[in-house]
Amino acid sequence: MNLRATLALLGALALAVYVVAAARRHAARSSARRRFFRHPPAAWGIGILTFFGALAIAAPWVAPYGPSVTLEIVTLQNQAPSLLHLLGTDLYSRDVWSRLVYGSRVSLSIGALAMLVAVTVGAVVGAVAGYVRRWVDTVLMRLVDVGLAIPRIFLLLMAIALWEHLPLSLLVLLIGLTGWFGTSRLVRAEVLTLRERDFVTAARAAGAGPARIVVRHVLPNVAAPIIVSAALGIGNVMLLEAGLSFLGIGVRPPMPSWGNMIAEGAPQLTTAPWSALFPGLAIALVVMALNAVGDALRDALDPRKEAA
Amino acid sequence: MGLWLVRRVAASAAIVGAVVTLTFLLLHLAPGQPFLPGAETPIDPAVVAELRREFGLDRPLTVQYAKYLVALAHGQLGESFALHRPVAEALEDAIPNTLVLTGAALALDLLLGLVLGVYQAARARRLPDVALSAATLFVSSVPTFWLGLLLLLVFGEWLHWFPVGGVVDPVLHHSLPWAGRVADRLWHLALPACTLGAVGAAATARYQRAAVLEVIGQDYVRTARAKGLTERRVVLVHALRNALLPLVTLLGLSLPFLLTGAVLVETVFAWPGMGKLAADAIFRRDYPVVLAAAIAASVMVVAGNFVADLLYTVADPRIRVHGE
Repeated sequence: MNLRATLALLGALALAVYVVAAARRHAARSSARRRFFRHPPAAWGIGILTFFGALAIAAPWVAPYGPSVTLEIVTLQNQAPSLLHLLGTDLYSRDVWSRLVYGSRVSLSIGALAMLVAVTVGAVVGAVAGYVRRWVDTVLMRLVDVGLAIPRIFLLLMAIALWEHLPLSLLVLLIGLTGWFGTSRLVRAEVLTLRERDFVTAARAAGAGPARIVVRHVLPNVAAPIIVSAALGIGNVMLLEAGLSFLGIGVRPPMPSWGNMIAEGAPQLTTAPWSALFPGLAIALVVMALNAVGDALRDALDPRKEAA
Repeated sequence: MGLWLVRRVAASAAIVGAVVTLTFLLLHLAPGQPFLPGAETPIDPAVVAELRREFGLDRPLTVQYAKYLVALAHGQLGESFALHRPVAEALEDAIPNTLVLTGAALALDLLLGLVLGVYQAARARRLPDVALSAATLFVSSVPTFWLGLLLLLVFGEWLHWFPVGGVVDPVLHHSLPWAGRVADRLWHLALPACTLGAVGAAATARYQRAAVLEVIGQDYVRTARAKGLTERRVVLVHALRNALLPLVTLLGLSLPFLLTGAVLVETVFAWPGMGKLAADAIFRRDYPVVLAAAIAASVMVVAGNFVADLLYTVADPRIRVHGE
């Protein structure tokens, strides 16, 4: 670790602590925020997400070495964690901490992008099915039934088996396109009840078309469950990416992702456990943070809990 | 109930049919054609045409689809490219292993999750609950295969309590007596089943805790308390009965999760099940195996949901009115 990397790491930690403290300070201002912070893990979650987000953005400053720099293949391979190499080095004498920092960019952005695809498709399909109803609803929901029946990883395995050398962007798209089924059911159920409400009738009476009603009047009221399922969805995508990379069909080395770091570290598990354990710990922490924040958001965004 | 059953079976069959159609379409949408790409030496076009005719690939898509369905109905899933044996045969060997693993994991998932969740709810917001909440939140967020590696390292490599992989001991198994063989199997099953079960149990416990807490707030539980029943009886008899219902739903929802986890856990522990078969097949470009495994997994999920629905109507008398 050089001075710059140490300072940057301390900076990221300080930022995480500051964000949590600031968020807590502002929490008293609205009941939604109070409900959010009623979940003790939620504050931790925000801290963890801020920390890893800062690492991803400031990767070149936080990482003491490049992600694929092999330092000294003979003397510096599989070194245990030390002050010099915070999380040790791997089989190719690469600094695990540096790879973890650069890997956060890959893993977090895959999670966010694929979730964005999934939530968008899910919201659109759910809104259309719930608003139009009749045969459109039936067709779309039967499709969702089929999608939910095939475990997602098998769906992806099939696609990857059939399309050789899938580029990363397509893989992200594919992960997103296999993850919208649950969201669409959720949105549909909400839209079905919302469309009968008076404010929707009023909008229709005022001459608004179906598209306008759905986008301007119905969807904003479904925002809460969509946001919650998005928060939980990023975590799921990250686990899936890790799993696929572990099987060797996700993110391809040498580009570091937390998943393929575990995969590369697994054969050296007994001699250099740190090269597989730390990236897994990073995934677990981020997914845990997302789950905690998602749970707290569910409470905070539910106006029915106002009284509680 | 009879009509409901017929409708439910028909719906399940329709879903399986759609999955089969989807896999067939995926197969034909995929770029590249069998017998053409990837060959090191160019194949004579006449031979390719001959092969395509032989495998029926020159026929219209509808005819191929019909033949595919007929073959499937006869349990023929095609020939594996890499294993040089029928796919059905390979699956037949692998599916029992996956069923044993996921069955054991599911049992652990539900039992441990139930016990933890109820215990936490009974001690809500006190130290044991807070500690267990943190633990279950963490464990439910961990990548399953990573937990598998961790357990493998600690209990397999360092402590040598459990074997590091496989279903049975390759050398000793056949010389063991009957009881010894069962013990050998269980001994090999322990780590992978615990890996898969622990992650599920953590999620189930979180779910179950919330379910019990919700029920405990209801009037009839207050009545039970007012009658002077012990807290133990209130929670375990009155509250638990209704709090068990979500567990039945969870049974159906857990299956896709467990099968996904099984793909990875089987790879970590060299467990020769469906998931490992499919994952290995990827690298051999052996897509008949992958498609067959996907169909088999879907059938399991659909069957699981069917059983869960059935249990639900048995467990909850309110559901029956809806179905009639």
